[in-house]
Amino acid sequence: VSNPAPQTFGIRPKVGQDGSEMDGEMLEVSMGPQHPSTHGVFRMDVVLDGETVVKLKPVFGYLHRNHEKIAEGTSYLSSMPYTDRLDYFCSLTNNWAYALAVEKMSGLVVPERAEYIRVITAELTRLQNHTSLCGFLLQDMGALGTPLMWAFREREKVLDLFESLTGARMMCNYMRFGGCRCDLPPGWLEQARKLVDDYPRFLEEFETLLSGNEILMARTQGVGCLSKELSVSASITGPLLRAAGVDYDLRKVDRYGIYDRFEFRVPLGEHGDVYDRYMIRVLELRESLKILQQALKQIPEGPIIDPKAKLRGFRPKVGESYGRIEGPKGEIGFYLISDGGANPYRYRVRPPSFINLTILEDMCLGRSIADAVIILGSVDIVLGEVDR
Amino acid sequence: LLVAPADALAVAKFLRDDPNLRLEMCSNVTGVDWPERDEKVKVKKLVDGVEKEVEEVRHHPGFQEAVYHLFSVSLKHGPVVLRQRTVNRGDDCSVTSLTPVWRGCEFQEREAYDLFGLRFTGHPDLRRILMWDEFKDHPMRKDYVEPDDYEYEPTPHDEVHDRSKAHYPVPEVKA
Repeated sequence: VSNPAPQTFGIRPKVGQDGSEMDGEMLEVSMGPQHPSTHGVFRMDVVLDGETVVKLKPVFGYLHRNHEKIAEGTSYLSSMPYTDRLDYFCSLTNNWAYALAVEKMSGLVVPERAEYIRVITAELTRLQNHTSLCGFLLQDMGALGTPLMWAFREREKVLDLFESLTGARMMCNYMRFGGCRCDLPPGWLEQARKLVDDYPRFLEEFETLLSGNEILMARTQGVGCLSKELSVSASITGPLLRAAGVDYDLRKVDRYGIYDRFEFRVPLGEHGDVYDRYMIRVLELRESLKILQQALKQIPEGPIIDPKAKLRGFRPKVGESYGRIEGPKGEIGFYLISDGGANPYRYRVRPPSFINLTILEDMCLGRSIADAVIILGSVDIVLGEVDR
Repeated sequence: LLVAPADALAVAKFLRDDPNLRLEMCSNVTGVDWPERDEKVKVKKLVDGVEKEVEEVRHHPGFQEAVYHLFSVSLKHGPVVLRQRTVNRGDDCSVTSLTPVWRGCEFQEREAYDLFGLRFTGHPDLRRILMWDEFKDHPMRKDYVEPDDYEYEPTPHDEVHDRSKAHYPVPEVKA
């Protein structure tokens, strides 16, 4: 697969031969920011030749609140609840990435039970994110309502677990530097085990109806192809990268936390098209279930936070760190510089869905406008994270 | 390891292509602002033949940094941190864009330009990305002053307002 390079840059294309902006045959369409297929306030400036995309520029920033500036103005811990709002589908993985970066800097050691809780909550997050993404993708394809609501039914069960553990369904604010905020409530593990045991039945059903579905295959196979070389060079991470056939999963590469204790495989795609991305997510769901089964079996008793962890007056020593984990959307990283004070001197979020949008134009060039909608859906963006 | 800024592209290409390094993924790009500051340092000095501790003020000129975190996908190592430093924070606040080497820098360098005012020479499409196009300042700089009215945007009424002011000069109020 090879991607044609985008030809010109600039907001307004110069396509007319006499230097005028439009030659009358091209059509400039501004898709969004209030468009049902853009998953939030996101705009695509598209130039169309008939139905074919000639040029596409993503425009965003409508939800920009300068999260980094706010975080540099408050203490380390105060930013923890704010990380929930980045990718509001996966607040627990955001929490973990931030906690990991701070722990790297301050040398806090996470107790074993807390590590297990982190793995369990992160995999549950992946479960609900991938499930609902599959629903959203089908919604973009025109399967209005049913698949999404179906996926959301399963997601609600995971959110119920989050609620009983953290008190919130989406804005969990659960991890702390050196551990977790509170221990599992009684009966939580049984409830989680039941969910994990029941999940494959839903997946079987979902796949029987959809994976072999003729319309789904016709709409997605060969659409939005991405080559291996380009996806690596463009810093694509997560299911997108693996769908292009690149074996790079941070759970295997970095082995952060205790991921070296679990047996699971990294599914890889062959074509790098939208269908592969859909399938990768379904397969990753199965792998997540495997990890969950092992973690729920092995989880030990013990403390959940490093006794050296301080909630008040936390000041890590001068230095910098970059912590990253494999979030459901890709590599979520936090880059912190400490000057010894109570606030971070520099606080940077590496947002996976923002960077995955870099090659949106390359994937859409030469495809029809209806395909662009699906391709955007398969990238899996959350605007809270893109705009920050 | 310090290298002259003119060699930035060559260094980046070497880091990407060298068979032992193969840092083909530039995962994270960001700016860091270091405004000029005065540091008080205690120095031991001979004053009139007697060794004394004297406080001295050391001046550090301000600069900005573009920080790149590089990883190798094939060899699975990293991060290698690459920094580019500007001459100062004002008129010569530019570094070489590494987008020709790593495509993934494109949006992130635009973001660093938008929020820090780092100018990347050789970037194919250096525009604001998160703030709106008419925005003037760079909000992530440490000396950025927040406006009193966030919602203010210039409107056609401003022009009318100015003209009306010219018509009926507002008397200055003495404090």
